[in-house]
Amino acid sequence: MSARIGVVTFPGTLDDIDAARAVRIGGAEPVNLWHADEDLAGIDAVILPGGFSYGDYLRCGAISRFAPLMTRVIERAHEGMPVLGICNGFQILCESHLLPGALARNDGLHFVCRDQWLRVENSNTAWTTAYSPDSEILVPLKNGEGRFVADDYTLDQLEGEGRVVFRYLRGNPNGSYRDIAGICNENGNVVGLMPHPEHAVEDLTGPSLDGVGLITSVIENYVAQESFA
Amino acid sequence: MTDTRTTDTVASAGQSPDVDQPYAELGLKDDEYQEIRRILGRRPTSAELAMYSVMWSEHCSYKSSKVHLRQFGDKVPETDAMLVGIGENAGVVDIGDGWAVTFKVESHNHPSYVEPYQGAATGVGGIVRDIISMGARPLAVMDPLRFGPADAPDTHRVLRGVVEGIGGYGNCLGLPNIGGEIVFDESYLGNPLVNALCVGAMKHDDVHLASAKGVGNQVILYGARTGGDGIGGVSVLASETFDADGPAKRPSVQVGDPFMEKLLIECTLEVLGAGIVEGIQDLGGAGISCATSELASNGDGGMHVELDKVLLRDATLTPEEILMSESQERMCAVVQPENVEAFLEICKKWDVEAVVIGEVTDSGRLTVDWHGEQIVDVPPRSVAHDGPVYERPYARPDWQDQLQADSAAKLARPQTGEELRETLLRLVGSSNLADKSWITNQYDRYVRGNTVLAQPEDAGVVRVDEETGRGVAISTDCNGRFTKLDPYKGAQLALAESYRNVAATGAVPLAITDCLNFGSPEDPDVMWQFEQAVTGLADGCLQLGTPVTGGNVSFYNQTGEAPILPTPVVGVLGVFDDVDRRTAMSWESDGDQIYLLGETRDEFDGSEWAHVVHGHLGGLPPELDLEAERQLGQILVAASRDGMITAAHDVSDGGVAQALVEMALKAGTGARTWTPDGIDTFTHLFSESATRAVVVIPRSEELRFTAMCQARSFPCTRIGVVDSQLDGDNQLLEFGDDFTVSLNELRETHTATLPNLFA
Repeated sequence: MSARIGVVTFPGTLDDIDAARAVRIGGAEPVNLWHADEDLAGIDAVILPGGFSYGDYLRCGAISRFAPLMTRVIERAHEGMPVLGICNGFQILCESHLLPGALARNDGLHFVCRDQWLRVENSNTAWTTAYSPDSEILVPLKNGEGRFVADDYTLDQLEGEGRVVFRYLRGNPNGSYRDIAGICNENGNVVGLMPHPEHAVEDLTGPSLDGVGLITSVIENYVAQESFA
Repeated sequence: MTDTRTTDTVASAGQSPDVDQPYAELGLKDDEYQEIRRILGRRPTSAELAMYSVMWSEHCSYKSSKVHLRQFGDKVPETDAMLVGIGENAGVVDIGDGWAVTFKVESHNHPSYVEPYQGAATGVGGIVRDIISMGARPLAVMDPLRFGPADAPDTHRVLRGVVEGIGGYGNCLGLPNIGGEIVFDESYLGNPLVNALCVGAMKHDDVHLASAKGVGNQVILYGARTGGDGIGGVSVLASETFDADGPAKRPSVQVGDPFMEKLLIECTLEVLGAGIVEGIQDLGGAGISCATSELASNGDGGMHVELDKVLLRDATLTPEEILMSESQERMCAVVQPENVEAFLEICKKWDVEAVVIGEVTDSGRLTVDWHGEQIVDVPPRSVAHDGPVYERPYARPDWQDQLQADSAAKLARPQTGEELRETLLRLVGSSNLADKSWITNQYDRYVRGNTVLAQPEDAGVVRVDEETGRGVAISTDCNGRFTKLDPYKGAQLALAESYRNVAATGAVPLAITDCLNFGSPEDPDVMWQFEQAVTGLADGCLQLGTPVTGGNVSFYNQTGEAPILPTPVVGVLGVFDDVDRRTAMSWESDGDQIYLLGETRDEFDGSEWAHVVHGHLGGLPPELDLEAERQLGQILVAASRDGMITAAHDVSDGGVAQALVEMALKAGTGARTWTPDGIDTFTHLFSESATRAVVVIPRSEELRFTAMCQARSFPCTRIGVVDSQLDGDNQLLEFGDDFTVSLNELRETHTATLPNLFA
């Protein structure tokens, strides 16, 4: 049985079909989840996709964290279920306090859409074991509020504990502190990043196939767990 | 609250025939007002007058253009592709495998000048609703834009606002922006053009039309609440006209909410998918007036509306204002009574407010009640379809001959290699030819994961069916300078360029949409340009076999007495059986051969070179042979099908030089090129002769490809070879013995222009 990876749709979520496609291409079964549901439908992992949930009114991700489904996601995240937040999903994870820091308006104040090089700095998280250490990957980046900010203490802690998962290479696109593109929680099961690996899964539509590794990482870990069980 | 204001009812209109009505301020002519009185057999109520005034406006009624637009219906090429033609919210074409595609381009020019951000944003919103009201899922948007000179201060204001508006709305809506145009010219300084195109797809069975059929069926208004925004769009519908004590004048530009539009898309597709909608219409210009009269007119001919039911943002709105409001993100659906509950349930799921505001009747009348009193009782067709039609006078301008006589042939041309090199760099860095990624990188081109090609490629390409790879390509084009020199041929050149761009990606051109941007129709010179352009386009479409599926006319684009360059933007849609075989514009491998398809003549009138270097516009546009254009298209498609080429790029503004530079920069790889026999280097590089493309062919395919061109007697000339090894690490573009430029210098010149001006 293949891993079941949930993809959550909030009102205003935009990249949900993309995340579901990436899950399928990676070899897992995508499960569509609606923000108002309270049942996680027996999923093994979950992706909070990109978009502008609730119009990003008030503050990006600030309303979504209170969605009924998020209560269950937060509970399961604390129990160790792999959770991936992409772009707006990353913002929701920060608002939910599953990850530290916040995402602020880009330097330059413009929305930026471009193909972005990243280095995988931690290949031991639930979502990155398929990458060899320090691999460089190329994935699309597209956001207006993607500048990762946190206080120095938090930044030092993230660096010290190896919780910087992705770092921008060859140019910081938005002024993120310490070129941070993505981070994880202490257990490494919750990962958030601003760039969009789900848009780098097909030759036809993406700049590379580098995004598939996030999905195959979860599948590998799932299979490993199953065989232990 | 109690409304103490008196309402102008149908009954009171009958009793007070001599009341002075503000029809002139509402934009209606004396004879138009008299015609309304004749139709109704009495004076109109203030609500009726308001409805007629907007629906009979140039924008809604096409009263000046109708007589000419008929040509698009009269000169229809033979095609089985057309499923729904002109007249609906958007045309629908068959792309095979049971898939249908709908696409349309519209203008939002004036609002975007007054308030660039909201003007451009709601332009995107409006065209997207046109596409969903056909039953289609929107796939992508494009934006053909025209601004004043790039270094003019007001261009800074307008461009930045427009780009932010398109990005702010489109990105948040979740539709990839896959192309368009950005053109700068003096004539657009006081009147920018902001056109927006949307393309959507559906299965044949899912096509929906705007009609209210079935007596007793319920009319549901859903989406955003109705507010006071956009009322000034109908100019003087200010409250003092109708009621001195009413609310103050409101901004005439609508305010968009892309989040609501995203919910509206998903909600609409879900109710349509559930099969519980009989007819559907979006609310754009003229708001509820337009939606109800068009639905009724297209249906069984009767509708009754209880206007009090409309959900309002502002409880003080008068009925006239509610009828006229152009609040965004609203839709109107006709639903059988037994399906109303299911409809409202789906709306609730998406947090979209919905309310039944009326029902379909067999009265043959559109009636509207307000607080129990009847304020509208009209034949709906007279409002929606039987508006006035004008035969505006038109005449070839007396300056046209002089303009055409003023050829660019007399202008000084670069002679030496160094002069040619300088000319190339100057053009590559000029605002119209410079890299536009500072703008397009503010648009999301990835969302939904089906974008195969996006700007700066020749056409945007999106996958429609993930299983089969079936997809579409779209390009929009127009060279306004050519159209000024000769409107008939200029419109055909726009069509030809757009057709070529689509074919260059490997797609088979199928149908077109157009956005006809012109000056005042009351100016006979402008009307002549319009008549010529429409005739040219209709004749061209007939010849190329690409029907016009719909579009938009935008008049009154001028500053004072000076009209814009006539700008008939043409959007061509092409189809792919499998987008996997698309041809991109950048070359790949060392040793691949670079060929020029088509014939280069000494054609510089209206060219980018004459514009940039000499500030000159005069003469005659390039020659055009549409039969040759069709042949070139067939060659490009065949080459894609049989895997004969690795890249193709249309040759247009800036000539072969610009095409080679763009291909090299995109690839990051240099090339050796040369001037073929029988032509001078300047003409080879900078002429803007039509019907040409640069293609890149692997050596293994060279014979097969050139044989195909010879068999069709189509000119095909080898002009270079891809070569990354010219100077070690430094990639170079070599132009024979004349000159050489490094890609670094080209890139610097090409990409610095826009950020320097606008960042």
